[in-house]
Amino acid sequence: MSRDEVLVLDPIGCAGHGLCAELLPEWITLDEWGYPILRPEAIPPELLPHARRAVAACPKLALRLRALSAS
Amino acid sequence: MTLPRLLLGTQDGRALTHAEHVGVHGPLPAGDVSAALAAAGLRGRGGAAFPTARKLQAVAATAAAGRHRPVVLVNGAEGEPMSAKDRTLCARTPHLVLDGAQAAAAAIGARRVTVALPRAATDALDAMRTAVHERPGGGPAITVTAVPVAYLAGEESALIRHLDGGPLKPTVVPPRPAERGLGRRPTLVQNPETLAHVGLVARHGAAWFREAGTAADPGSVLVSLAGDVVAPGVYEVDRRMRLAELTGMPAGRGGPRAVLVGGYHGTWLGPDELAGLTLAAEDLAAHGATLAAGVIAVLGPKSCPVRELANVAGWLAAQSAGQCGPCANGLPAIATRLAAVADGRAPSGSAADLDRWTRLITGRGACHLPDGAARLVRSGLRAFAPEVAEHARRGPCAACRRPPVLRVASRVAA
Ligand SMILES: Cc1cc2nc3c(=O)[nH]c(=O)nc-3n(C[C@H](O)[C@H](O)[C@H](O)COP(=O)(O)O)c2cc1C
Ligand code: SF4
Ligand code: SF4
Repeated sequence: MSRDEVLVLDPIGCAGHGLCAELLPEWITLDEWGYPILRPEAIPPELLPHARRAVAACPKLALRLRALSAS
Repeated sequence: MTLPRLLLGTQDGRALTHAEHVGVHGPLPAGDVSAALAAAGLRGRGGAAFPTARKLQAVAATAAAGRHRPVVLVNGAEGEPMSAKDRTLCARTPHLVLDGAQAAAAAIGARRVTVALPRAATDALDAMRTAVHERPGGGPAITVTAVPVAYLAGEESALIRHLDGGPLKPTVVPPRPAERGLGRRPTLVQNPETLAHVGLVARHGAAWFREAGTAADPGSVLVSLAGDVVAPGVYEVDRRMRLAELTGMPAGRGGPRAVLVGGYHGTWLGPDELAGLTLAAEDLAAHGATLAAGVIAVLGPKSCPVRELANVAGWLAAQSAGQCGPCANGLPAIATRLAAVADGRAPSGSAADLDRWTRLITGRGACHLPDGAARLVRSGLRAFAPEVAEHARRGPCAACRRPPVLRVASRVAA
């Protein structure tokens, strides 16, 4: 059974490279200073591989996928 | 119900000795305060109004699940320039604060208490250090520490990081201090006023505590009344009190131009909103405000609210730790634009820019500093729309040249 996952950002770690927004434009946009704005909802299954790629590509390890608890 | 409770016996302004303290309040009973605290419904007085009993439970639970004994951190940093209640409390009745810390420590199984006070609050530091030496044995080991005078000194994760030898900058949550705090131990962080109430609940119980305040927010509360008022200072009040009674000013004609409720992460209320308003949480919530840590700052008719707003925004931008992109970029952008608005040289589209920037910084930092700053600015722009338009037409007003009413540096002497 797959669990719902959301993207979470460490705002201190993030350096605003914007790489994540290039890899997952459906879910991540950049504000006018170049920092990512993430959609808060659970990632749809078809986007999950792209989300994983964005997480892996972040040079600051500032982006994570977090499983939503069942409750 | 009689007030004061917390400040009972402290009218002459000096610290109560331990003997005097016991004479006023009676001895601190032994026994677990948890049940009484839950029934009392006490909420934290440091700003977030979190139920204190639940915080104790959370720290006790993580401590029970791990290997580390928990600790208590008394957060008396009070970095907000217009706030004076924690310093007053610690300087006058240090034993009541320590009683609360001791009762809370016993309830969660902690043996160590750290009391953090601002370096500039020498009266509170002296009183607290003397009190620690006076206390009878059997309580926790208490350390009193002076911390820098800065807004972020009171943000719990920044305070913990600083006390552990790091920079005075917030950390990301989770983990919360209840999970991993001082020296990686589960840490109960409470405001001094919160703990002073705990010291009284331990003595008099929940029913007595609820004789003051409202059902949603029981107990008395300390407010720091500041700005254009006849008698600024720290007052212990019941939240059913009307704001007009507290300020000693009518709500309409001859009354304040605006009142800032909740200090520098608070909300500006204009004359229309002040009529009949009490300090009850429900009443304030109807205007998007909370009492937060109890700062009530009044702007009289002779002050310029636009200039004051720009000054405070500048101070808040300078207090940012600069760690998070939206906060580090957004706060200076907002402050610079507000200064331009006050000077009457703001570019067109400034209202839209300020609206967008305040939204963009909200909820996107590691700590809540930008959220509070956004609330302050948005409520100010709403309350001061006529003055903003006036400045756009004519530039700085006569009142712009008056010394600011809202403090943007901390008081050093008492
Ligand atoms: C920017 C900022 C400044 C703060 N300053 C203080 C402070 O000076 N004193 C305080 O008790 N809490 C302050 N807080 C809140 C603390 O992080 C924490 O919630 C509080 O100390 C918990 O105690 P309480 O539950 O007894 O209120 C601040 C929070 C922020 C975001
Ligand atoms: S790739 Fe990482 S550092 Fe760059 S903007 Fe995205 S989260 Fe921030
Ligand atoms: S939100 Fe601002 S003040 Fe808070 S940690 Fe981030 S940069 Fe520092």
